[in-house]
Amino acid sequence: MLLIDCPHCGPRPEIEFRYGGEAHIARPENPDALSDAEWADYLFMRRNTKGVFAERWMHAAGCRRWFNALRDTASYKILATYKAGEQPPATAGAED
Amino acid sequence: MTQPLRRPQGGRIDRGKHLSFVFNGERMEGFAGDTLASALIANGRHLVARSFKYHRPRGIMAAGVEEPNAMVQLGRGAATIPNLKATEIPLFDGLEADSVNCWPSVDFDMNAVMGLMSRFLPAGFYYKTFMASLGLWHRLYEPRIRRAAGWGRAPDGPDPDCYDHKHVHCDVLVVGGGPAGLAAATAAASGGARVILADEQDEFGGSLLSLNRTVDGLSGGDWVAGQIAALAGRVETRLLPRTSVTGYYDGNYLIAVERRAPTGDGSSTPGNPCMRLWHIRTKQVVLATGAHERPLAFPNNDRPGIMLAGSAQTYANRYAALPGTRAVLFTNNDGAYEAAFDLHDAGVMIAAIVDARPAADAGPAEAAARRGIDILPGHAVADTNGRKRISGVDVRRMTPDSRELMGPARKFTCDLLLMSGGWSPAVHLFSHAGGKLKFDDEHACFVPGAVDAGIRSIGAAAGRFSLAAALQDGTRAGAEAARAAGFDGGGASPVPSCEEPAAGTVAALWLFPPAPGAAPGKNAFVDLQNDTTAADILLAAREGFSSVEHMKRYTLSGFGTDQGKTGNINALAILSSAVGRTIPQTGTTTFRPPYTPLPFGVMAGRNIGLMNDPARTTPMHDCHTAHGAVFEDVGQWKRPWYFPQAGETMDVAVARECLAVRERVGMLDASTLGKIDIQGPDATAFLNRIYTNRWDTLKVGQVRYGLMCHEDGMVFDDGTCARLGDNHFLMTTTSGGAANVLNWLEEYLQTVWPDLNVYCTSVTEQWATVSLSGPRARDVLKKICSDVNLSADAFPHMSYRAGSVDGVPARIFRISFTGELGFEINVPAGYGARVWNAVCDAGREFGITPYGTETMHVLRAEKGYIIVGQETDGTITPADLGMAWIVSGAKGDFIGKRSFARADTARADRKHLVGILTEDPGAVLPEGAQLVADPKGSPPIPLLGHVTSSYRSACLGHSIALALVKSGRDRMGEQVFAPLEDRVVTARIVGPVFYDAKGERLHG
Amino acid sequence: MQKFSVFALARNALTGHRNWQRQWRSPEPQADYDVVIVGGGGHGLATAYYLAKEHGITNVVVLEKGWLGGGNTGRNTTIVRSNYLWDESARIYEHALKLWEGLSQDLNYNVMLSQRGVLNLAHNLGDVREGRRRVYANRLNGVDAEWLDADGVKAFCPIIDISPNARYPVMGATLQRRGGVARHDAVAWGFARAADARGVDIIQQCEVTGIRRAGGRVTGVETTRGFIGAKKVGIVAAGHTSVLASMADIRLPIESHPLQALVSEPIKPVHPCVVMSNAVHVYVSQSDKGELVIGAGIDGFLGYGQRGSFHIIESQMGALIELFPIFSRLRMMRSWGGIVDTCPDASPIICKTPVDGLYINGGWGTGGFKATPGSGWCFAHTIARDDPHPLNAPFNLDRFVTGALVDEHGAAAVAH
Repeated sequence: MLLIDCPHCGPRPEIEFRYGGEAHIARPENPDALSDAEWADYLFMRRNTKGVFAERWMHAAGCRRWFNALRDTASYKILATYKAGEQPPATAGAED
Repeated sequence: MTQPLRRPQGGRIDRGKHLSFVFNGERMEGFAGDTLASALIANGRHLVARSFKYHRPRGIMAAGVEEPNAMVQLGRGAATIPNLKATEIPLFDGLEADSVNCWPSVDFDMNAVMGLMSRFLPAGFYYKTFMASLGLWHRLYEPRIRRAAGWGRAPDGPDPDCYDHKHVHCDVLVVGGGPAGLAAATAAASGGARVILADEQDEFGGSLLSLNRTVDGLSGGDWVAGQIAALAGRVETRLLPRTSVTGYYDGNYLIAVERRAPTGDGSSTPGNPCMRLWHIRTKQVVLATGAHERPLAFPNNDRPGIMLAGSAQTYANRYAALPGTRAVLFTNNDGAYEAAFDLHDAGVMIAAIVDARPAADAGPAEAAARRGIDILPGHAVADTNGRKRISGVDVRRMTPDSRELMGPARKFTCDLLLMSGGWSPAVHLFSHAGGKLKFDDEHACFVPGAVDAGIRSIGAAAGRFSLAAALQDGTRAGAEAARAAGFDGGGASPVPSCEEPAAGTVAALWLFPPAPGAAPGKNAFVDLQNDTTAADILLAAREGFSSVEHMKRYTLSGFGTDQGKTGNINALAILSSAVGRTIPQTGTTTFRPPYTPLPFGVMAGRNIGLMNDPARTTPMHDCHTAHGAVFEDVGQWKRPWYFPQAGETMDVAVARECLAVRERVGMLDASTLGKIDIQGPDATAFLNRIYTNRWDTLKVGQVRYGLMCHEDGMVFDDGTCARLGDNHFLMTTTSGGAANVLNWLEEYLQTVWPDLNVYCTSVTEQWATVSLSGPRARDVLKKICSDVNLSADAFPHMSYRAGSVDGVPARIFRISFTGELGFEINVPAGYGARVWNAVCDAGREFGITPYGTETMHVLRAEKGYIIVGQETDGTITPADLGMAWIVSGAKGDFIGKRSFARADTARADRKHLVGILTEDPGAVLPEGAQLVADPKGSPPIPLLGHVTSSYRSACLGHSIALALVKSGRDRMGEQVFAPLEDRVVTARIVGPVFYDAKGERLHG
Repeated sequence: MQKFSVFALARNALTGHRNWQRQWRSPEPQADYDVVIVGGGGHGLATAYYLAKEHGITNVVVLEKGWLGGGNTGRNTTIVRSNYLWDESARIYEHALKLWEGLSQDLNYNVMLSQRGVLNLAHNLGDVREGRRRVYANRLNGVDAEWLDADGVKAFCPIIDISPNARYPVMGATLQRRGGVARHDAVAWGFARAADARGVDIIQQCEVTGIRRAGGRVTGVETTRGFIGAKKVGIVAAGHTSVLASMADIRLPIESHPLQALVSEPIKPVHPCVVMSNAVHVYVSQSDKGELVIGAGIDGFLGYGQRGSFHIIESQMGALIELFPIFSRLRMMRSWGGIVDTCPDASPIICKTPVDGLYINGGWGTGGFKATPGSGWCFAHTIARDDPHPLNAPFNLDRFVTGALVDEHGAAAVAH
């Protein structure tokens, strides 16, 4: 069971959290202006990185706030957590 | 006196406590402190099991959890446990156990005939035959294979025992309470850390309980007792004996099972569980898990009476039970000599020491000579004799390369053959944690390699087998772990001093030569439990299964209940040699949790029965029970399904309830509907984005129905939402969807539109809801609500008023899910039962009838109202439902909107919600029935769609159904067919509203 | 190919089994091939086999970064069935099941298909509705399916607790009698041996590290053993579909999650069929060796670690014991994890890609093992003809753009 450092509450066990997939995918400002393919890209296409990955979590059984984590999806090591809206901290091996 | 092989004194058993037990129907005696295995040995019993495939007689080979052979069925009936190893069962009075997988008995097993067939049953034989006919395989071969396989039997009833869970944190977890672990725990605790010390045995001490050693001038046992007493005195140290750490998971999270009391005797209770599963989150881990001795692979190395040397020593020293009277030792290392010496000193005749190495070391050789024991260096056991117990061995000289036997056989009579192939560190937990292993050539074993921060393997678990190394490692690692966990106090603990024989050498000899002319590896067992021989491994190599994982899977080596603790390295080494690679090149397999088998019951703990998943009930639940409700599960909720009166079937009850609502008045407990309080200056803007319709036009005091879609445009929830104030709304959701909707709202608010100032709060459980419905609803409500003008003009359909009902402050919504005049009365949850009863009393003169979800469903279906999850399944858009009217084109973007324009989503010929009327008005289609245009012909038959809802309508006098049908709205009046199991029902497509299409009754 | 039979076994017994041949060769890779299959699991090996058998394309290599069948093929709960809701799914899985039924003979390798029946339990009225919907759809699609009431469930699988007071009362179940289990390793080995016999090269310990293209067309793959040229490349590497696709700059609608499973110690036969309960996330059967084989729901987070979190399997045990009270005293012997590539609609992707000559077969989620022969058969057709077979045509990438998903989530009674 992962130990996840909620930026608002501190380290808590994984069962308190809900997973939210890839982070930093902005909802398009004007979806009507997008082609079907561009819209599909937003809806469905994912990086699915093996390695360091920016992802979203929500502290469901705690502060109920969404935040982001940099986690290595191969080793499961969490390199950093940071608040929603913030940019990922510089971490060795992190991607752009 | 029974127990003929019990030593007259010594051992750690309590001779004052006689325990009586029954094995295979035979009554025997042992002492407290025995395991079942040690008691059997004291009673001279070696044949305790039969092997998996050939049903060869098998005895007790080891003294711990690594035992491959001695599996038994413990107890009877519902309280039985299959497949326990005799070596892991502490003896208790009245214990009953039986051998498994033999018939009629372990002494005379008819299935032993399989042994005669063994040449036809090499590894993987079943992949090569039984495939001429699938029918014969299913009817004949597979059932026989299944019957032959498996060990013990499952219990025949529910588990009488109780289990629980505990979740703890500590600074340093020390796994293993032998000398290394004790030293580590002491050092870490001295440093000030919170320490947990867990050991799988009944007693702490590990190897010190089996070996004759002195530590700090004390006997091993006394030193252990002193350490434990000191640790027990520390408040921040927790000692967990009888506790196996079975898994090491991410984030330094370890799982351990503690055996607290005998199982199956009915003594365990929720407060006093027989087993407890510990969930331990720790900063630092010290692995002092010891090592397992390896058997040697030589012909017929599996007979009862053939035992690991160190295990025999344990039985003799710790349990005062002698595994034989006349023994031979076969070894490839010096360490095992001590076992022979201890047995000799205990009175066992040592007929010979067969040392596979060209020469024994001087020290052990001299010690043997002192005892008058012959050593045969450069020799090997060429064969063994005896069937149900070893009776002798044939020993022959080996060529210097150890590849062939030469010279004549020397025969030794014996009833015990000790073997030692060196030791394998118990690296399982290290491996669970992702640690990589490296091969230690000197000790011929895998040891922990690169160490991750926070894990320290010490002593024998790290391939450092001497007692001195264990004490040194422990003292150092304990202090380091405490420091790493942030504790600097204490200073360096002294390393305890000890005396022990000099460490010897081990020769990497993995497979001994066969008799001239015999096939290599024949009957040289590597995995004793699965009857995998060295010959099987060589066959696997010949057939190209040269990856260790392939070899294991092909031969089953390592797949038994012991998970190959004794045999894996031998198998790997034999494979490596067969394919011409080194052991490290061939690699090792990944160890996976659990280290030892983990009972399902203790994994479940108390999360069974009602505590497995909470059942949610409404404040009016007792009223419903008293009224005879039959309940339906909706998500976690218990909702009244219908209220049968005496002698009523469900159909009759539902028809009565339906008519009561249509003709008079009915009441429904609607408390389970999700309720979300939404407030904030941007609430209206937010609702505009999350519902498909407009909310900025809704006035305070009004209610509107809304649909929600996901971004893919598919409907996922619905409900009404009332505007309670300028910036205040009360949203309702489906009963099952409430939590998902709240999550979804919060996600969008926080991650997509953090600029919106809106707060969402679940108030589902804060309010109880009585839904009053029917032409007399107003008359009923009037009697208990005097502060709201209930007239149609003053309080129109789809509006909200605050007032009081039966003196309780209430929110009253004039809404309807039945098509009749309706009021939903929301009161604080604590008043739910009171107001329910008040409404009931007030309605009595009007014939008020409580109704359940089934009646609600019928009534709403008559009106063509959808239920999300029934008329929808995640693939249905508002337009599919004929609800394009609720999708606003004017308000800008909202969730799901863009997807409606996609090519497939915008198709005109998607499935549409329609009504279905059967040709026979009495026929009720089953929900889920598929509709076709032409039922004739053979499959595949094109499907038009399916029936989503179907009921007998009491007020209409015929059945009605809703369905999703391809291009349904363009097929009005068309005939369709529903092919059922036993008949085809003919029906016609109609509009989805069956009752009061104009909606006049709503506004009454 | 050395023919396997009871006679061959007897003959070899007389010579101490010294004359069995390698089941597949271990050749050095050629400089180039007509087709490179990336991934030596069941689907990849089946693809190679059907390329050779059905399309006469034998200049084929299968590249496996580890050992054959070491990915999801060797890590699943071995369930085989075809009772999917939607027409598109039912057709491809039923095609697979028909191939399964002749597979042992076709491959001359006993894959131990055991058609002991698969029950999907219904615990509430919604489950009943969806279960019956699926039964009616299956029957019209030519897939065998029956609806059992609670007593019927008890008769078919007597150890299930059907008492109405259970936390998850059993209200009925769908039954596919032709469903069951198969021996997972044997599927990989059988396909490997049969493909090898038809001339396919199988290279283990050879990881693909790049996909070389020129002018919008694939030209070969970079590997840990050097460049291998290819006219066509098929990616069929469950657990790493996205990783490989990204080597050709293709993004996919796939997320990879851990999926855990476990087995009990072997016991005498007690559980006669396969039981799946979607509502409580349990599926369980008993292997021929006697182990209860139990699958869990997927772990929530994205992960390539072939392991999941303990609480996932722990929470499953309460539900298991609710359904099967007599299992409480049995013991977990081994647990493990695989990596499942999941698509948003819980259906696979088997199609051409924007790169000429590059094909993808993946995203099977938890449904991959049962599809093995059908998946390989369709993928071979797609590669050989550069055009999908009607069976796999719906499972293209374009569906994520048009919205024509084959959403097996929505049909909640079906998952795994």
